[in-house]
Amino acid sequence: MIKVFVIILVATGLLATQPVSAGPERDLQAMQDFYQKRFPNVAPEEFANGLYAFDEGAREQWLELEDFPPYEIAVEEGEGYFNTPFANGNSYADCFENNGLSIKQNYPYFDSDTSKVVTLELAINQCREENGEQPLPYLRGELTAISAYMAYTSRGNTINVQVPNDNPKALAAYEAGKQFYYSRRGQLNFACSSCHVQVVGLSLRADPISTTVGQVTHFPAYRTVWGEIVTLHRRFVECNAQVRARPFESQSDEYRNLEYFLTYMSNGFELNGPSSRR
Amino acid sequence: MTKYMVPLLLLLIASPDLGWAASADSSGAADKMERGKELTFARGKGNCLACHYVAGGEMAGNIAPPLVMMKVRYPDRMKLRAQIWDASTLISTTTMPPFGRHKILTEEEIDLVVDFVLTL
Repeated sequence: MIKVFVIILVATGLLATQPVSAGPERDLQAMQDFYQKRFPNVAPEEFANGLYAFDEGAREQWLELEDFPPYEIAVEEGEGYFNTPFANGNSYADCFENNGLSIKQNYPYFDSDTSKVVTLELAINQCREENGEQPLPYLRGELTAISAYMAYTSRGNTINVQVPNDNPKALAAYEAGKQFYYSRRGQLNFACSSCHVQVVGLSLRADPISTTVGQVTHFPAYRTVWGEIVTLHRRFVECNAQVRARPFESQSDEYRNLEYFLTYMSNGFELNGPSSRR
Repeated sequence: MTKYMVPLLLLLIASPDLGWAASADSSGAADKMERGKELTFARGKGNCLACHYVAGGEMAGNIAPPLVMMKVRYPDRMKLRAQIWDASTLISTTTMPPFGRHKILTEEEIDLVVDFVLTL
């Protein structure tokens, strides 16, 4: 009996184990190969559409929702905030390359001065503080809207996150993020990979589970269940809470490193955020 | 779902003992069975439907084998109990939460779930 189930589990890939550490480039190749093999009939770029890559019914509902995108208001508000000068006369555009437009594909990056991962949301708040403004709360509201606008101007750009070869601290941050992704946590004892790698494509209740590759392309995302547009770190908080683990703070080192790893796993994908999700 | 059903049906055909008929002798036993069912279905407790098909439940996931013919699959009640208590003992990479080891369910609740699941 047990043998029968072990055979079934092996055949369905449930025993797929964590890839050995072989550096970011090989990790990325191994990850993309894994999903291509798992879903031979899904075009690789479709993974950027999450569960809508495999679930026809859910995909139709999603495409209908995208006819009148629920994140559009946030993008418009974000544009307004983005273009409003600070009290000192400077604006967000002064803090970023290319005036802050069409740059999200380069985030997050590893800042060798502080030896930390810098996400786009963090950079927005750094810009405010450098200009004498108070930082904005991370999980929702104005900062998310600004991030949504900046993502919108970057649509179609190819994600190009770098882990510099000559900086062991950057590699350490990447490895910490990877470790997080594969570590079980919480009372329910799930790692991110338990669902998104081991049982990917199968359904948790009625929802097919999305792939790791392409997972970050569409943030910030408007989730129907939340009724608002939220950042990637809010999603991390939600995932951690769902497995009954104590979530980390938004923009904590843990989540910044996780975003670093996870975004690297989407290198080569086009940004398609903001977007709507169930 | 179908990929699990074929071997299960083969097993059923091969098994001489179809002892899966539940019998509730007294109202106390019936109450316990009802509680076991509630614990099995409740999202905050067993939430077995998240991953398993369970007869009588809605919106079941298909991550793990359907809970059918359980008496045939688990003639030894303690093996089923051990599986629910901590499935990683048998398969270290399992994604099934360790309901006993992590105290997701109490020992009494696990017994109630086991008794209900064995009627499936």
